[in-house]
Amino acid sequence: MESPEQIRDRILARFPGAAAAVVANPGPAAQHSLLLGADNARAVAEFLRDDPGLRLDFCSNVTGVDWPDREVVETARVSTPDPAGGPPRLTEAKTRRLEPGCLEVVYHLYSMALKHGPVVLRLRTANRADRVELPSLTPVWRSCEFQEREVFDLYGVVFSGHPDLRRILMWDGFKDHPMRKDYVEPDDYEWEPTPHGDVLAKARRHYPAAATGKANP
Amino acid sequence: MSDAAPPSPEITDAERAELRRHGILLTSIEELYNWGRSNSVWPLQFGLACCAIEMIAASMARFDIARFGSEVFRPSPRQADLLIVSGTVTKKMAPQVVRLWNQMPEPKYCFAMGACAISGGPFKQGYNVLKGIDRYIPVDIYIPGCPPRPEALLHALVTLQEKIRGQKISGRGAPRFLQPDAACDYPVPEFGAHDLEPPKNPGVWQPPALVRKEGA
Repeated sequence: MESPEQIRDRILARFPGAAAAVVANPGPAAQHSLLLGADNARAVAEFLRDDPGLRLDFCSNVTGVDWPDREVVETARVSTPDPAGGPPRLTEAKTRRLEPGCLEVVYHLYSMALKHGPVVLRLRTANRADRVELPSLTPVWRSCEFQEREVFDLYGVVFSGHPDLRRILMWDGFKDHPMRKDYVEPDDYEWEPTPHGDVLAKARRHYPAAATGKANP
Repeated sequence: MSDAAPPSPEITDAERAELRRHGILLTSIEELYNWGRSNSVWPLQFGLACCAIEMIAASMARFDIARFGSEVFRPSPRQADLLIVSGTVTKKMAPQVVRLWNQMPEPKYCFAMGACAISGGPFKQGYNVLKGIDRYIPVDIYIPGCPPRPEALLHALVTLQEKIRGQKISGRGAPRFLQPDAACDYPVPEFGAHDLEPPKNPGVWQPPALVRKEGA
């Protein structure tokens, strides 16, 4: 099978205005993925399905990733020459910037006809709050339907063009998206004998006298 | 025994056994009634997760729940005496479980089978799992295990039979269904915006209150 870089080059040749990039996986699996722009995602998906060299006719898995806003600290080394003629002084300048978060949807594609795969696609929303629309790939791969509904339910990604976008695991009146990092669960704590971590913090809040530092005396 | 103590009006078990040896059977309505009830506890044919597989195994020939008169798994809650909550109760499923319990006629009993039905088990911290069915309906027997062996279910059944045989059919010790003012209907939780509404039935379950011992 072609490498992700080759697939990216063919996508860019076929769709000149499309956004496509390879996201490298630094782990030992080295399973690099293709980050697609949301505008052309449907056309690119149809290309990947119908191209005779790829024929990725089966979408085996759709999942979501929540990337919250994070602060990035960048360290730059600045060397200032010494006016007295000595060695230049090295100073470190730290800049902080806020990297906006997004919601990501990951598709794992295989080819039943040519028996290869997987090709991993990623789509990203513009932000996590109000611009969470992505094109649905259910018209391209029928097996995405329930899994896109699950991503909609648990992450809150709105798939435009999905034939039946409803919650699938939680009930219809549910307001939250439980797999987001900032999900706050309902506070129905009860005592646990050996609390630790977040559970210990909750125990201190609910049973302030009993939950001391000693978890299990 | 002093002379002042009045003779007991009730016949003792030893005297009854002595009479039985001579071919005289003496019983009471209460004993006969409880004997009949305890040997025909019909469970509801209802399973939620992997514990249900153990429940099915208990009903098959190897473990044979029929030895205890409970082989008739009823497909309708109207005909069932025993609700075996066998498995994880998700929040989406909990109203249906309470509704099934309300549809069962008294006298009825409930087993919480396995860690999930007791407390949420390994999924206790999850967003979609009820932290124990005893938050909504009264549980008679808790069966620990993950999942419990079929023998544990049979032990729970025998324990329930002992409980039934010990019940009075009149007076203050009478069970719930013989008390005219006891409620047999339990409120079914509604789907709320963030959780089930209400998250528990306060008449059935309260979070444990910890008592801190002095000097502990």
